Amino acid sequence: MLSYIFQRVLWAIPTLILISILTFIIIQLPPGDYLTAYVAQLSETGETVDEATIEILRERFGLNKPLYEQYWTWISDIIFRGDFGQSLDWNVPVADLIWQRVGLTILISFLSMIFTWLIAIPIGVYSATHQYTVFDYIFTILGFVGRGIPNFLLALVLMWLAFAYLGINVGGLFSPEYTNAPWSFRKFLDLLAHLWVPVIVLGTGGAAGLIRIVRANMLDEIYKPYVETARAQGTAERRVIWKYPVRVALNPFISTVGWALPSLISGSIITAVVLNLPTTGPLLLRALLNQDMFLAGSFILILSVFTLVGTLISDLLLVWVDPRIRFS
Amino acid sequence: MATKPLPIKEKEKESQLYQASQWQLIWWRFRKHRVAAVSGVIIIFLYVIAAFVEVIAPYDPSAFSPLYAYVPPQQVRVIDSEGNFRAPFVYGLARSRDPETARITYEPDTSNIMPLKFLVRGDEYKFWGLFKGDWHLFGIDAGPRDRVFIWGADRLGRDLFSRLVYATRVSLSIGLLGVIFSFVFGIIIGGISGYYGGWIDNVIQRLIDFIRSIPTIPLWMGLAAALPVEWPPTRVYFLITLILSIIGWTGLARVVRGRFLALREEDFVTAARFVGAGEGRIIFRHMLPSFSSHIIAALTLAIPDMILAETSLSFLGLGLRSPVNSWGVLLQEAQNLSSVALAPWLLIPGVAVVVTILAFNFLGDGLRDAADPYGD
Repeated sequence: MLSYIFQRVLWAIPTLILISILTFIIIQLPPGDYLTAYVAQLSETGETVDEATIEILRERFGLNKPLYEQYWTWISDIIFRGDFGQSLDWNVPVADLIWQRVGLTILISFLSMIFTWLIAIPIGVYSATHQYTVFDYIFTILGFVGRGIPNFLLALVLMWLAFAYLGINVGGLFSPEYTNAPWSFRKFLDLLAHLWVPVIVLGTGGAAGLIRIVRANMLDEIYKPYVETARAQGTAERRVIWKYPVRVALNPFISTVGWALPSLISGSIITAVVLNLPTTGPLLLRALLNQDMFLAGSFILILSVFTLVGTLISDLLLVWVDPRIRFS
Repeated sequence: MATKPLPIKEKEKESQLYQASQWQLIWWRFRKHRVAAVSGVIIIFLYVIAAFVEVIAPYDPSAFSPLYAYVPPQQVRVIDSEGNFRAPFVYGLARSRDPETARITYEPDTSNIMPLKFLVRGDEYKFWGLFKGDWHLFGIDAGPRDRVFIWGADRLGRDLFSRLVYATRVSLSIGLLGVIFSFVFGIIIGGISGYYGGWIDNVIQRLIDFIRSIPTIPLWMGLAAALPVEWPPTRVYFLITLILSIIGWTGLARVVRGRFLALREEDFVTAARFVGAGEGRIIFRHMLPSFSSHIIAALTLAIPDMILAETSLSFLGLGLRSPVNSWGVLLQEAQNLSSVALAPWLLIPGVAVVVTILAFNFLGDGLRDAADPYGD
């Protein structure tokens, strides 16, 4: 088991390196470099820059060095100094902009995942134990519809309904008076009051798919002899279901947690743009539209790394939960 | 005597079952799946629309007129205000300005009856970019400045129905084309991986793991944002499709590899090898036909993801851009909450997205179940 964990962690290292290279390629993709954009920005405001200054700046930023050296400067600054470069658009270090937003993104993704489980597991188990009943059909239909509606569309419709019929704007994560306030208990409460909208929007899509998986897995399990044995021994029905088949049915599900996290983080980006959340989504979009590539690249890098870590954790979790993997 | 004909019929059915080809069995099984069959019809219908866009759309999708900004959907009626029954018509528009908000509002003008006509001449178009024409499926026979907006108009007074019809062609073809790209990558790489196994398999599987571990949307966004704004729409269209397939192929490669691995050990493959068939012949003549139905199912299930991805990117302003119409481009207009509140019909393209995605998912599910007709 230890060697398995060791192997998995070891595999993460080349993947991380590949991710960083890919991110660097994305940063380099738009035509021109950091400096051309900078010069364009300066001339827009009326300042003129002569060739000599550009050359000096190019030298200072190391833009005349070969690409692999530039890559090394970029990645070593991040690893050893936590320096992600300078945001052209905001004119501040990237590191100052991203961490709170990354934190909120992870918080929302994590809460959405919990929310997904909280509704998907009981409903899936109910649908399986009450197969072909009215509620099973209702949940099945809701599940399919949920699968067909993209999150951002759901967010759009919810916002429109709330705005048109209730007269409230459900966008954002904080009320205006708390947006720039330092963290306090009141701000936290305010956050909770806004958080449910994105959590529901992000959670329903995933829940729709999971209900089907849980239902199918449960149906495979509940007719097996061991369940019958438990029942024959006089165990209460509730205990029979929740103690034995549910545990087995949830296994494949834990192994997909790692896959659920990337899609959640991905999905949250577009939803966040619609709901105007102060998470990574809107800032990443703005950075990409303005070709503020160091900021955009940092987001892509960090989101990818978190995804990788999420996958790793779910793999290890599966080993811990399922003894059949642990001992083979 | 009366009971005798029945067993014969049953027997005929049974022998029919034994003689049926694989594709016949698949077709029979698929037909039983009602929802999937209905979804299949819906999808065929959508692709027919996509094929005859120029004729079905009553107007040029880019034709704008400030006179018609945010015209609400006009109801097609058959009974007029006096209770008379007549051929389908719409009322003309009575324009007035809201004294408080200074917004222009439109009311149906019951005195102005504009009959809807079937097959009329209107805006000129080039069918598939090849043949000139000006016939449209429907329209109104009225003054040159009168128009009919069955699904309303947008900010610039463009007909939403016409734009949606044109967008259907772009969105549906991106789904199809993207899946074809992914299919080519997937079948080649997945095939190599599954057929040869060993270290090649290992390397390819790690590559797939790697690609799948990157969050898709940020990666797509990053790549799409690198496309220069001044590029012609067709080039952007192809590159967006290619970008979407960069991730799409991994799923298909997995399906292909899994099938190859399962079939490699089958007796008929070993037999073919003993007879001295070359590798190309074994793969294309013996292995591929036996899992092509699975691949078709996997392809069908991959299309809605492609469509959704394009819609998302265009919705964010990173994919296709106006004047190209796609569902995402149309939905972009609905991004602004106040314009949706003002003109809820801007969400109609969203209905098209949901219907299409659901139909493809159901069809894919049905095909997947039918793909292996020999099971129970």
